[in-house]
Amino acid sequence: MIFIGSGVRIQAITRNLLNPQMTINSHSSPALEFKSSTFSVPVLSLASNDLILVEQLLNEKVKLAPEFFKHSPVIVDLQDVNKKQLVLNFDDLTTVIRKAGLFVVGIRSGNEEQQAQAIALGIPLNTAPTSETKAGTKTKSTKTTDNETNNEFVTNDSTTVMITKPVRSGQRIYSHGDLIVLAQVGAGAEILAEGNIHVYGSLRGKALAGVQGNTEARIFCSDLQAELISIAGNYKISDDIHGAISNTPVQIYLQKNTLVVKTII
Amino acid sequence: MARIIVVTSGKGGVGKTTTSAAISMGLAKKGHKTVVIDFDVGLRNLDLIMGCERRVVYDIINVINGEAALNQALIKDKNCNLLSILPASQTRNKDALTLEGVEKILEELAKEFKYIVCDSPAGIETGAHLAMYFADDAFVVTNPEVSSVRDSDRMLGLLASKSRRAERGEEPIKEYLLLSRYSPERVRSGEMLSLSDVQDILSLHLLGVIPESKSVLTSSNAGTPVILDEKSDAGQAYADIVARYLGENRPQRFIDDKNGFFRKLFGGK
Repeated sequence: MIFIGSGVRIQAITRNLLNPQMTINSHSSPALEFKSSTFSVPVLSLASNDLILVEQLLNEKVKLAPEFFKHSPVIVDLQDVNKKQLVLNFDDLTTVIRKAGLFVVGIRSGNEEQQAQAIALGIPLNTAPTSETKAGTKTKSTKTTDNETNNEFVTNDSTTVMITKPVRSGQRIYSHGDLIVLAQVGAGAEILAEGNIHVYGSLRGKALAGVQGNTEARIFCSDLQAELISIAGNYKISDDIHGAISNTPVQIYLQKNTLVVKTII
Repeated sequence: MARIIVVTSGKGGVGKTTTSAAISMGLAKKGHKTVVIDFDVGLRNLDLIMGCERRVVYDIINVINGEAALNQALIKDKNCNLLSILPASQTRNKDALTLEGVEKILEELAKEFKYIVCDSPAGIETGAHLAMYFADDAFVVTNPEVSSVRDSDRMLGLLASKSRRAERGEEPIKEYLLLSRYSPERVRSGEMLSLSDVQDILSLHLLGVIPESKSVLTSSNAGTPVILDEKSDAGQAYADIVARYLGENRPQRFIDDKNGFFRKLFGGK
């Protein structure tokens, strides 16, 4: 039995930061550059090591949408096969998959032998997922899921984090996606999001949006009294924030690397 | 099933021990078997405020270390025989307090007492953590003063995340605000944070306001909880608080000035 699972996001890491020489000598254009990019790749999860059956089912699936599957990259997940301790030769598997018109671009949850075969074929190893396409948004109070500090709250996927209880001083909330707070954020608290931040109560602490570099991220709040606001690393402390009128909903966004505070409508 | 109440604040000197003494006496006077525990190892004060400092033989550390039985360490209060006190150690330091030790003591006390009041030390370190870890209710004592309010906010965050209830995903600790050392006069003149200013920041269920009162010092010198001074405003405020906690509906008496009525009548500022 095979099924094609949900997509996996691959994100290339920006290497500019790790290679300062590239930025210093920027007047002579560099020969190559690493850029951050995100794209979806389907995951082929196997539950059987019967390659004849696999080939047959794969061909049936490809026939259903030939243009989609032709030359499509695919990541192979061998977790179920290895859990059942079925012997599966990765070389043979990739041959079968190639015959169906697909390109194997990664292997996940392979055992040592399978991983070695993958490397020999020039196929990279992917990590096992911690969470994949969780349905809907999570509504959580400031209960912790992390073991590092009990004041930190982090989720693993990029759905919106929704907080309904006040964020107290000393607490730190991090969202890989957007962050919505339906209460106040106390002075001394920190809220961070890779996406946008919405605070429907008073914002008195620190709010940092677009923390992984998203310059399009915005901060929306009903009552701006923040100690610090930041979008993609461009920050302002409370003394320098102009345009904040108490109890008036405002939005904060980046315009040419400067933070702009404006009423929402 | 015993109810464990922690009296905490974060900030020091706001009135935790005064409050612990008053409400434990108040609960006992209402007919409930109550025990009040001092968690401030090394800087014990509860025994002084309760007036039993000359009767301390064994303390909570002795019990945790197995050097004494719990009933040897408990001191019966001379004013009310339903109230007992478990003092802290003065000579040891706070590392002697352990989670398992505290758990065992609370389990044993729960068999005999209806209310267990834990007088937390100031700060957010081990002593304060242990005092609040097993709590069902939290009385957050706050002064209408900026640093006290921020420290209380911090403590609320810890109550919501580092308590046993939070770690087990059970119903969270019920948090109550006790605003102490309140002076309506100074609030009116704009010198002091008002109740609504404090509530703006903390958003807590208000259990009561305790006015700034000379009777607090007098009572602690005398070694009797201020609630026993029935004529004093602070004593009455604590009596109101105990009644409200037990379910009675009492109006807030100490938010406005004593002269408020006359001022309204004669149109003063």
